[in-house]
Amino acid sequence: MLRIEELSKRYGRTELALDGVTLEVPAGQVLALIGPSGAGKSTLIRCVNRLVEPTSGRIFLGDSEITALGKRALRLARRRMGMIFQEFALVERLTVMENVLSGRLGYVGFWASFLRRYPDADIDRAFALLDRVGLAQFADKRADQLSGGQRQRVGIARALIQEPEILLIDEPTASLDPKTSRQIMRLLVELASERDLAAVINMHDVPLAQLFAQRVVGLRSGQVVYDGPPALTPEALTTIYGEEDWARSPAHGLAPDEGEASVEKPRTAAAVPTIHRDKARSV
Amino acid sequence: MARRRWSPPPLVANPVLRYGLYAGSLAYIALALASIHVNWTRVADGLARGWAFISGFLHPNFAARWGEIVQGMQESLTMTLTATVVGVAMSVPIGLGAARNISHPMVYLTCRAIIAVSRSLQEVIIAILFVAMVGFGPFAGFLTISFATIGFLSKLLAEDIEDADPGQLEAIRATGATWWQWVNHAVQPQVMPRLIGLVLYRLDINFRESAVIGIVGAGGIGATLNTAMDRYEYDVAAGILLIIIAIVMAAEYGSSHLRKYVQ
Repeated sequence: MLRIEELSKRYGRTELALDGVTLEVPAGQVLALIGPSGAGKSTLIRCVNRLVEPTSGRIFLGDSEITALGKRALRLARRRMGMIFQEFALVERLTVMENVLSGRLGYVGFWASFLRRYPDADIDRAFALLDRVGLAQFADKRADQLSGGQRQRVGIARALIQEPEILLIDEPTASLDPKTSRQIMRLLVELASERDLAAVINMHDVPLAQLFAQRVVGLRSGQVVYDGPPALTPEALTTIYGEEDWARSPAHGLAPDEGEASVEKPRTAAAVPTIHRDKARSV
Repeated sequence: MARRRWSPPPLVANPVLRYGLYAGSLAYIALALASIHVNWTRVADGLARGWAFISGFLHPNFAARWGEIVQGMQESLTMTLTATVVGVAMSVPIGLGAARNISHPMVYLTCRAIIAVSRSLQEVIIAILFVAMVGFGPFAGFLTISFATIGFLSKLLAEDIEDADPGQLEAIRATGATWWQWVNHAVQPQVMPRLIGLVLYRLDINFRESAVIGIVGAGGIGATLNTAMDRYEYDVAAGILLIIIAIVMAAEYGSSHLRKYVQ
């Protein structure tokens, strides 16, 4: 579906932000792109729809070479790529419905969009998507009145109404609390599989990536340094992020060499914290 | 260990330059004050005339020249409103072009040049030029105010567009929207409240300007005021000034309400 060949990007005269990235993502695959800040994750997904112009290399979406397209052809190709953003990037003063329908801008003429007279089919699509993400009753609310989780759902609906072949997702959960993050990730994964969409998701939260992605690609200094299953070994994490005590995690408890230093009482059943179910299920 | 001291770093790091700047500024102020020559006898004469003017305010005379005042007001208000409408209609496209983040560099430079020309000339000077070109009367005033509005509004609109949230701009661009759709969906919602506020503010300014430029022959209430002053009819002048103040205050009050509403 998406094929990237030897993609490089240099901003000004600084060092390479992307350095010969080659990657192939088949339809239906959810790929998590991880790596330290400044590794080039955002640049990579923005090169795919050429919000950032690549310096060299080629990108194919299906059969069309994105990197070879002229201005108008690029605009039409962008319809095939849905993008979802970290800070949601909704147009704050427009309503939820207007934000969702703006995903159809590539398909409708100027006056139809200016007068907000979208084709009936688009309105139906928009309502169906709002139903799907659970926001149908908010259609006429202004986007800045919604909570973070609700906004990201609108962002997802806006991307999906384009009827894209691929989703480019930039840090979808960075501004959300842990529970909402999981709900958003679950929704994204479900939607990708329902529609057989390829999805490239930039993430900082490694455990969340492991939980939801089918494949993980690690980027460091603009180069792909890991490409494999989501079960990342401490060695793999060191390759991607650099030296750190990766073996130590809440799941594993203390690292072996620290175990003796702090003596801990054996846990009894009563000491295990109970998890309080959230009574309000709305996001 | 010795106690460590801290004070905020000075604005000018080099102490010689810093104290040099202080000394230079003081010397300049002293010299400037010394160069002012006041002729106190003329000030004393002027005080008497000033007092006549102020006492005129205590007895404003609306009736004596009522017909001329009404005509001047009509001219001024017509001039203000039409010039604001035309000025805004021309400012919006120029403002879009002058926003670096949404426009082609050549368009950007052209629009910035238009703004620079409009802003570099003060209204009274523009009025003198237009009076020379099209003759005395409110049409010269209309042209003056339209032209001045372009410089003001385009610049502030362009700056507001440049401050727009890049995330929202990027998101709409990523949908495959055309440039005009992009402006309509991503730029317009972000700048509209400020644009409306600026237009109302400019309407205020334009009314006040219409009074000023009348003095150089561009018609309106300014011309009426000038005539009254020339005839030493301070009571009539006071009446005109009071009407101008009342209208400006009403506009101020109305526009602040409207601005709150469009947020």
